[in-house]
Amino acid sequence: MADPTRDVLTIGGRSFGSRLVMGTGGATNLDVLERALVASGTELTTVAMRRVDASGGTGVLALLQRLGTDVLPNTAGCRGAAEAVLTARLAREALGTSWIKLEVVADDRTLLPDVVELLDAAEQLVDDDFVVLAYTNDDPVTARRLEDVGCAAVMPLGSPIGTGLGISNPHHIEMIVADAGVPIVLDAGIGTASDAALAMELGCDAVLLATAVTRAQDPELMARAMAAAVRAGHDARAAGRIPRRFWAQASSPARDQS
Amino acid sequence: MKVHINGVEHDVPEPSSVADLVTIAAASPSGIAVALDGAVVPRSSWATAVTPGAVVEIVTAVQGG
Repeated sequence: MADPTRDVLTIGGRSFGSRLVMGTGGATNLDVLERALVASGTELTTVAMRRVDASGGTGVLALLQRLGTDVLPNTAGCRGAAEAVLTARLAREALGTSWIKLEVVADDRTLLPDVVELLDAAEQLVDDDFVVLAYTNDDPVTARRLEDVGCAAVMPLGSPIGTGLGISNPHHIEMIVADAGVPIVLDAGIGTASDAALAMELGCDAVLLATAVTRAQDPELMARAMAAAVRAGHDARAAGRIPRRFWAQASSPARDQS
Repeated sequence: MKVHINGVEHDVPEPSSVADLVTIAAASPSGIAVALDGAVVPRSSWATAVTPGAVVEIVTAVQGG
């Protein structure tokens, strides 16, 4: 059996026992979110940055603090590099962390990453001493470029944000993993537990998801399912699957001839 | 003088500091950050006076991602 102390996820010099990174968006209320986060076992959880209102905060920070979960601010909603860089700097100032989930999307309809702006922003933030976890397309070349500019983790999508369509291009995810020198986190598109397990079987180091849990009919139960799926997929990858065969291969000895 | 705080025009006394504008917009000064005319103002510089027409963004963490 693998040494459990060695089997940790390490990003930017920080180690995590859980390979499930959770988002907090989409939960109907903080109570539901809390039960889902606890069931997921996550140690790293994203938040978004938005304008304050006079009524006070949403309480999500206090919740994460109480649960002892590391906070990963994102740049969700940002359209260009300049906007994303400013949002990252605001997040660092507000939350006291230099970690950032860098997200630069092209339009509202697809929410697909704008990789030109993404690479520009990633380079600026790395230069400014941020630990950059970059949300990107399932494109192996862009993934390599993001690693080259110094991202601490590369996070390719399985399919567009919130679609629950799973992993559209498993082969590209495998190519990204095969080439990577930094952790690969499958981010976006997860619909159900088998999608999360597949991501890990393809060799991803972790899975980031939100909607699949927070908008499930029973978020707490789905969070537990996702945690089990990530562990199962990770173990299956480490165990080494059998090759696919065209013809059957008996698993019992041949019958005695009479 | 007129300033813009989070996209809304406010009439504020002159002089006003960044900290003064924070008390107008935010219920609590913890867990927030301020950008003045597109650049982050560190908390240690919140005593900085703002000029008429200043564009101020005050943000905090919310559920997301």
